[in-house]
Amino acid sequence: MINEIILMNGYGIYVWSAFSFTLISFAVLYSVIKVQLVKEKVKFNAKFANLTVEKKQTVKAQETYREILANTSVYKI
Amino acid sequence: MLNNFHPNKIFTITSKAPKYIFAIFIIVISVGLIEALILSPEDYIQSDSVRIMYVHVPSAWTSIGIFSLISILSFGILFFKNKTFPLIAKSLAPSGLVFNIIALVTGSLWGKPTWGTWWAWDARITSMLILALFYLIYIMAWRIYENKNQVHKITSIIAIIGLINVPIIKFSVDWWSTLHQPASVNLLSKTTVHSSMLVPLVIMTAAFTLFSLLIFLMKYNTELIKIRNKGLDRL
Repeated sequence: MINEIILMNGYGIYVWSAFSFTLISFAVLYSVIKVQLVKEKVKFNAKFANLTVEKKQTVKAQETYREILANTSVYKI
Repeated sequence: MLNNFHPNKIFTITSKAPKYIFAIFIIVISVGLIEALILSPEDYIQSDSVRIMYVHVPSAWTSIGIFSLISILSFGILFFKNKTFPLIAKSLAPSGLVFNIIALVTGSLWGKPTWGTWWAWDARITSMLILALFYLIYIMAWRIYENKNQVHKITSIIAIIGLINVPIIKFSVDWWSTLHQPASVNLLSKTTVHSSMLVPLVIMTAAFTLFSLLIFLMKYNTELIKIRNKGLDRL
């Protein structure tokens, strides 16, 4: 049974290569996008933390930033 | 009206949705892989090599679908100056390109045992390669041009020109004599694929669509935060 699944009547090398390539591509794309997202969030948190109290209040008052702040760690803390 | 649908207003949804979509994707792809690799029958001519279809066809469909969507959004950007569409179109492109590459590579892995060659300058395969080039040019244009109006105009023109290639991909097997077989799954006429093979194909297509949605949302959030980071610099 296991051998049949692995060998696939002699087509195993092609079938498993196709599925492996697909899943590896998914993993690479997901990782690249995830890293970019985390990097931008960290950058945003660092910039927000360095703002003066007045500027922080201004940022929090703006809807455009409030949505992002509500979903980043600094604001939650 | 669409300009009122501002990216920031939907950030709450787009930032929370990925974790749920990821969970659904894992479930659907697991079921799809079991169906495609174990439960579905082998083909009476192609034997087990037919299983490659379960990753090749959904990736081709998804990449063509994504490019068509980018092109439609580009009409809105170019002719109606919509402010939301550029971010959406830009965020769709990476997954579209990856699906296109998967379709080409898995097609090649199917071609070797079926046709006896890794590659042929066949109309369907060549038009898919041209689509990959359009994806590359589109993504490169976003990186090269910095002026907002210029980049919106150039990327939209690239996507609209690329749209001409979409019907060529679809009808290439009918218009020219090709190695690639004609479509077996049709929306308007009878599907010639047996249900035992159609079910895994549909499940895998659903999984690939969910994955492209997941990547789109993550990329969209990244682009949105990037814009806000620039905004903080100006404070």
